[in-house]
Amino acid sequence: MMDKRRGDNGRLVLKLLGVAVAMFGFGVFVMPPLYTTFCELTGLNQAGIKRAKATPEGASGEATAARTVKVRFDANTNSALDWDFGPLERSLEVPVGAPAEALYFAHNREDADVAGMATFNVAPPSAARYFVKVECFCFSRQVLAGGERREMPVYFFVQPDLPEDVEELTLSYTFFRNDDPELAQNAR
Amino acid sequence: MSSITGEDVTIGHDDAHGHDDHDHKPEGFLARWVFTTNHKDIGTLYLVFALLMFFIGGSMAMVIRAELFMPGLQLVEPDFFNQMTTMHALIMVFGAVMPAWVGFANWMIPLMVGAPDMALPRMNNWSFWILPFAFTMLLSTLFMDSGGPAAGWTLYPPLSLQTGDSFAFVVFSVHMMGISSIMGAINIIATILNMRAPGMTLLRMPLFVWTWLITAYLLIAVMPVLAGAVTMLLTDHFFGTSFFNAAGGGDPVMFQHIFWFFGHPEVYIMILPAFGVVSEILPTFSRKPLFGYAAMVYATASIAFLSFIVWAHHMFTVGMPLEGELFFMYATMLIAVPTGVKVFNWVSTMWKGSMTFETPMLFAIGFVVLFTIGGLSGLMLAITASDLQYHDTYFVVAHFHYVLVPGAVFTLMAGAYYWLPKWSGNMYSERWGKIHFWLSTISVNVLFFPQHYLGLAGMPRRIPDYAPQFADFNMWSSLGGFAFGASQLIFVGVVIHCVFFSKVKATARVWEGAKGLEWTVPSPAPHHTFTHPPTVTASMVAHGEDH
Repeated sequence: MMDKRRGDNGRLVLKLLGVAVAMFGFGVFVMPPLYTTFCELTGLNQAGIKRAKATPEGASGEATAARTVKVRFDANTNSALDWDFGPLERSLEVPVGAPAEALYFAHNREDADVAGMATFNVAPPSAARYFVKVECFCFSRQVLAGGERREMPVYFFVQPDLPEDVEELTLSYTFFRNDDPELAQNAR
Repeated sequence: MSSITGEDVTIGHDDAHGHDDHDHKPEGFLARWVFTTNHKDIGTLYLVFALLMFFIGGSMAMVIRAELFMPGLQLVEPDFFNQMTTMHALIMVFGAVMPAWVGFANWMIPLMVGAPDMALPRMNNWSFWILPFAFTMLLSTLFMDSGGPAAGWTLYPPLSLQTGDSFAFVVFSVHMMGISSIMGAINIIATILNMRAPGMTLLRMPLFVWTWLITAYLLIAVMPVLAGAVTMLLTDHFFGTSFFNAAGGGDPVMFQHIFWFFGHPEVYIMILPAFGVVSEILPTFSRKPLFGYAAMVYATASIAFLSFIVWAHHMFTVGMPLEGELFFMYATMLIAVPTGVKVFNWVSTMWKGSMTFETPMLFAIGFVVLFTIGGLSGLMLAITASDLQYHDTYFVVAHFHYVLVPGAVFTLMAGAYYWLPKWSGNMYSERWGKIHFWLSTISVNVLFFPQHYLGLAGMPRRIPDYAPQFADFNMWSSLGGFAFGASQLIFVGVVIHCVFFSKVKATARVWEGAKGLEWTVPSPAPHHTFTHPPTVTASMVAHGEDH
C-alpha cells in the first residue's frame, strides 16, 4: 500500500521542479522584455520614443504650420555626476510634422574627463509615441574634458497624427555618470 | 497504543498493527535531530526555529519602537535603524511566519491525510537544514563593515544597490530561503496528492490541507521569481549589468514590477494557511461542521488566482497609465469577495454553535475580528486615488501589521495551542494561555491602531525621527509594542511548561468537539503513525457529509 502511494512521486517532483525553473526563467528572461514591450505600447519611459533616420518625407514648416504644439524641455542631473546640464530654451512652439531643433548645454565642473549618458522620457505618456527623435546627444555616451562646456543639439519632429487634445509635450532628460563604455553599449 | 479510546476504534484497529515499533526514535542528538527524516521531528525543528526567529525579529522591532518612542534621535544611528526595519521584515517574513507554517504542515498534513510521513523525507530534512545557514548568513551582515541591508525588505534599487559588499550575503541567503521553500512546497504537494489514505478524497481533506496545497503552488510559482529578481540585483551590483540601472538603459521601476509579482502572492503564502487553521479551530469549539466547506475551498483558490493580477497596487505612485491603475484597483477590490465569503463562513460556523472559549478558540476569534480590520484598511489602500496619499505612510504599516500579526501570528498561536497537546501529550495551562491571549490582543491594538492615525496624518514609514505632532501616538504605539513583545514570553513559558512539566495528560481526542484523523492517534502522537493507512469515511472529517 505504501509503495503504491509513493509511486508517482518522482514524476510529480520533476514536473513541479520544472514549474519552478520555468518561473525563474519567466522572472529573468521574460518579464524584462515584456516590460519593455509594455512601455513601448503605452509610451512609458524611453522605450516608447521612436527614432528615425531622417525627417519625414515632404515635411516642411509651411505644410503643417497650421497647427503647433508647445514642447517643454526639462533637464535633471544624477547626484553622482558633477555637471551643469540644462536646455538653452525652456520651451519651443513646434509646427506639427516639421523638423525642429533644440539645444542643451552641459558643463563639466570637475577637473578631469568625465563621461555621462542621458536617459530621456516624454510626457504625457499617451503622446510619447508621436514624438520622433532624429538625432540626439542621448544616443551616445558624452565625454566632457575637465571644465569643458558644450552645446548639444537634439533634432526631432512631432508626427502629424498627434491627437488633437495634446497641446503641450515635455521632453525630459536625466544625465547619469557613465564610467564604463560597455554600459553605454548595453544601454542602446 | 493503550490511549486509543473507544470512539476511535475504527482507526485504532489499523493503527494497532504497527504499534510495536512505534516509538523507535533514533538515539543521540545528531541522529535524532540533524539526520532526521521524520515529519514530526522536522516539524518540531521548523517550529522551534521559527519561534527563535520570531524573537530575533521581534527584538529588532523593539529597537525600532524604542527609537520611535519620542521624536529626535536617541538610541541608534539612522543607518542602523534602517537596517533594523529591513532585517525585522526579512526575518519575520522568511524566518518566522513561513517556516512556522511549513512546521505546521510537516506535523499536521501527514496526520490529517493519513500518511505515514511526508512523500520525500530526505528532501524534507534538507529543506529545513538549509534555513539555519541562510539566516546565519543574513544576520552576519549586521556585523560586517558595510552593514546589513538597509533599503527595506523590498530591496528596491537604486537604494539597495548602495549596500556594500555584504549585499552578496543578502542575495545568497534569499536564494537559500527560496530553495528551502520550493523544496518544502514540492514535498507538501507530493504528500497531499500521492499519500492520502483510502477514502480521503480531495473534497474530504481538512481545510488546513487545502489551504496548504494552494499555498504550495503559490510558493513554487513565485519564489523563483524573487530568486530571479535578487539575482539581477546581484549582477547589477557586482557584474556591471544594467537591469535596473537607468544610466545603463535599465529601469528601476521594472524591479518593483518583478518584486511585487512575487510579493503579492507572498503575502497570501503567509495568510492562506492561517485561513486553514482558523477553519479547523472554529468548528471544533463551536461543535458544528464548518459552514460552507466547498465555498471555502473555492474562495481560497480564487484568492490565490487573484493574487497574481494585483501586484501593481503596491506601486500606484510610480506613474502608471490610468488604465493600469484602474485595472489593478478593480482587481484588488475583487479579492474582498472571496475573502468576505470566508469571513461570513467563519461567522456562520459559530452561529448558534455550542461555543466554548479555550485559548485556541480565543486566538481564532481574535483573528477573525482583527484580520477583518486589516482587510478593510486594505480596501482603503486599494482605492488608487486615496492610495496616493496613504502610500509609504504609517497607514500602510498599520494595515499590513494588522493582517500579519493578529492575522498570521495569532493563528500560529491558535494552532500551537490547538495541537500542542497532540504534539506533547500534555495539556498546557489554560489560565496562562488566556492571559497570553488577552495581553496580546490588548497590546497589539495599542501597538498598531494608533499607526492608522499617524499614517493619515502624514507620518512616513521607515524613518528614525519624526515631527513632534506625531509624538503622542508614537508613544502609545511603542508602549503597546513593548507590552506585546513581553506577552510573547508568556507563550514560551506556557510551551516549556506544557512539554516538560505539565502533569495533565491529554487524551487522544484532546478537544471534545475535534474531528479529523489527527485526533485518532494517541497523544503524544507516536514517532510513526499510519504505517498502515486508515480507511476514511465521511463521518470522520470535520465538515461532516460529502460535498
